[in-house]
Amino acid sequence: MSAEAAVFYVFAAITVAAAAVVVLARSLIYSAFALLFTFFGVAGLYVLLGADFLAATQLLIYVGGILVLLLFGVMLTHKLYDLNLKSEVTQFLPAAIICGGLFVLLAWPIEVSLILPRIGRVRILGTLWQTSWATGTGRGPAATTEEIGRLFMGRYLLPFEAASVLLLVALMGAAMIVRRRKDA
Amino acid sequence: MITLPHYLTVSAALFTLGLLGVLTRRNAVNVLMGIELILNSANLNLVAFSRFGPGNLQGQLFAVFVIVIAAAEVAVALAIVLTLYRLRRTPNLDEADFLRG
Repeated sequence: MSAEAAVFYVFAAITVAAAAVVVLARSLIYSAFALLFTFFGVAGLYVLLGADFLAATQLLIYVGGILVLLLFGVMLTHKLYDLNLKSEVTQFLPAAIICGGLFVLLAWPIEVSLILPRIGRVRILGTLWQTSWATGTGRGPAATTEEIGRLFMGRYLLPFEAASVLLLVALMGAAMIVRRRKDA
Repeated sequence: MITLPHYLTVSAALFTLGLLGVLTRRNAVNVLMGIELILNSANLNLVAFSRFGPGNLQGQLFAVFVIVIAAAEVAVALAIVLTLYRLRRTPNLDEADFLRG
């Protein structure tokens, strides 16, 4: 196993295990802290994929912004003296069957095939291992920040500005929604 | 050798776990955490295709936009959750049945 593969498996294990804790933990606080490790794992995978700017963005925005916002949400929707920040689970078994089936359908690594009368052998599980993706030359590990900045300020200027307007509108809308009205 | 399907498998695992969280949790903040997992899995797909694809940066740019929209979404969603808590004194989604006839 090469070093790249070892690092990949470590980060993938951190990401998936922490995501499982996010979904299955009884306490909301445990879920939030496991989410932190998921975001770190995904950032590590970004570094492995050569996306250095995106890894830094992931840490800044997800860990520094969204996770803190979610923790505020946890604290503000419970009474402060309420020590058991529990989150109940409903309809677990059907949802688990659906999600497990979806994962097997998408990513089952071992070949399972059916032999159909006219078509022949058809592999039914593990769609993403079976599909021949149009992979190209790929992009080696090079610094991406400058090129991303040039693309944002050049070819993708309109979506960039639209995203900034969207952020402004969303934050103003959020402030409007939670504001206490005087007449109410 | 780590290839594209390896990353796609991690992403599929993240997506199905996030979907499980969205489907099973009653607490609205926990449902939002599931949505964040789903958005992260989409981002991982985009970056992986950007790395193994034709060798340009479009996938990473798209991932940046996804992060921006995730930030906007979580701000608005938390505002709605806080308003719900103020009205009903509960963060549970299945008790928000104002529109039931």
